[in-house]
Amino acid sequence: MQGIGVSPGISIGKAYVLRQQKEMVSGIVLADETALQLEITAYREAVQLSVTDIQRLFAQASEIERAILDVQLELLQDPQLESDVLERIREDRMTARDAVLLVTERAVQVFAQMNDEYLSARGADVQDAGNRIVKNLSRSNAGSPELGEGLILIAKDLSPSDTIGMDRSKVFGFVTQTGGRTSHAAIVARLRGLPAVVGCGEALHAIADGDLVIVDGAEGLVLVNPDAAVVADYRKKQELFMIEARRLESLRDLPAITIDGVKIQLLANIATAEDLDQALNLGAEGVGLLRTELLFMERDYFPTEEEQFDFYKTILLRAGDKPVTIRTLDIGGDKHLPYFGLPKEENPFLGYRAIRISLDRTAIFRTQLRAILRAGVFGNCRILLPMISSVKEVQQAKEIIGETKKELAAEAVDFDPAVATGIMIEVPSAAITADLLAKEVDFFSIGTNDLCQYTLAVDRMNEQIKDLYDPYHPAVLRLIQFVIEQGHLQGIPVGMCGELAGDPQATSLLLGMGLKEFSMAGPAIPAIKDNLIRSSVEKARKNFRL
Amino acid sequence: MTRDYTILAAEGMHARPATALVKLARQFSAVALLKNGTKEVRLNSLLNILSMGVKGGEVVTVVLEGADEGLAAEAFDAFFKEGLKDW
Repeated sequence: MQGIGVSPGISIGKAYVLRQQKEMVSGIVLADETALQLEITAYREAVQLSVTDIQRLFAQASEIERAILDVQLELLQDPQLESDVLERIREDRMTARDAVLLVTERAVQVFAQMNDEYLSARGADVQDAGNRIVKNLSRSNAGSPELGEGLILIAKDLSPSDTIGMDRSKVFGFVTQTGGRTSHAAIVARLRGLPAVVGCGEALHAIADGDLVIVDGAEGLVLVNPDAAVVADYRKKQELFMIEARRLESLRDLPAITIDGVKIQLLANIATAEDLDQALNLGAEGVGLLRTELLFMERDYFPTEEEQFDFYKTILLRAGDKPVTIRTLDIGGDKHLPYFGLPKEENPFLGYRAIRISLDRTAIFRTQLRAILRAGVFGNCRILLPMISSVKEVQQAKEIIGETKKELAAEAVDFDPAVATGIMIEVPSAAITADLLAKEVDFFSIGTNDLCQYTLAVDRMNEQIKDLYDPYHPAVLRLIQFVIEQGHLQGIPVGMCGELAGDPQATSLLLGMGLKEFSMAGPAIPAIKDNLIRSSVEKARKNFRL
Repeated sequence: MTRDYTILAAEGMHARPATALVKLARQFSAVALLKNGTKEVRLNSLLNILSMGVKGGEVVTVVLEGADEGLAAEAFDAFFKEGLKDW
């Protein structure tokens, strides 16, 4: 069956089906004041016991898991939860157990209606806290059942504390009926490298205790009672995955230097601070492309200078002294802003987009530049202009950047006057005139996706002609080579932030062309670094033919 | 004393930063309120903060009242500047 793979890896084991009976409200009405007071005392004791339960889990938890447990501690002792429960006991004369069940059920419903994957998932956290109090109220302190070894847990859903409390030596993976990528159980699974698949739906009922189950957490695949050949196949895959994971992990802190001693810079393409954290963890040495579109797309108005400044500053501070390349707004084409009425166009990819909008609607551009220049004092910042097709555009953009600096200086606002300015090379006319453009800017960044679609006249969104979209076409490769060569002749750094940079098959080719800066999505970094440290630039150059 | 903050994290005000916020508010004697549009809650209940469903990019207002409100405001400034870090 198919679900959502939330934590890669393969585990093979015996199914252990967790039966979570839904607790029913008893409907008991308390007789008198004495009974009422007893229930209130019982509730407070149950909360205390629950807090102790969680504190016990702290000892074996990692830093991030502790943060998740902190959420539980806070919810268990939440004053709103307490006053709601006490009100039900006092006013409605409910038992503490009934009161907790009803109050948590209502809270879970509120979250479920939020229409937001992240916040809906928080319902599970509240449910977890409520269940724990109810369990401690009934004093059926059975705890978790005795588990055998090599188990795959099958459950409707797993609470974060269930997941943290899991005995790793016994539980090899888990599969759930509900849940998504951002549920705390999924996060914990990823942290612990525990293969997990969530959101399998009703199909999960088909699994019985003791069934042999294979969990493929990368593909989101769950196999039930597969035949011996399939099991053998997966055992091999499992072994390879573990060897590979261990090896790539060991590369993280190694510098990316080729066999013949050439230092290559490995950078990340990011859109959020979370992307940056992930990339740095995977060994990124900076940011080759910070996409700023998200900042504009997640609002229903143009973000203010202050809002942009805060975001860029956050990123720069987290990157420390590592370079951060901020690309100015790249909308149009397939990316739209609902509050910015872009006209419908016959050929949006050949139309009003990216730098063309910035140079036309200069107020938007100036606001962004002010925010970037001001944030520049907090780190090592570079400006990257998208979709440049002529020298004239670069000169216009540079003029506006110069004016913006003067403006900031006149206002005596702190900014970094030395922020470098570079351009994306993603339009054939820019690639062919790279020698002229190189005299105007501080660096190049090659965008292979657009360069490929414009050079080959192949719409990369069009399914019917997807076979024609080929970044290895000699025309594309010749342009790339020319850009690298001309950039280096003019003494400016040349990087690549398109898909090709993160394609392990292209590493040797690009090294041969002389590329020294590779920028890609964080998860692609370990495999590319692995390629680089086993390559020789000298050899790649000799093998390279167009 | 009133302060406005923009939620920088794309996911909005999520569980772990909200927990840190409750803990922060607890360190001061000043009464802290959190406003988002027409909704308003005391900053002592994680459940209430999460129930507001604050999304990324939205602006929230923190209202502080009490002897140490100045100190508290400085602490909230620093907290929101850090962004809402999540994993």
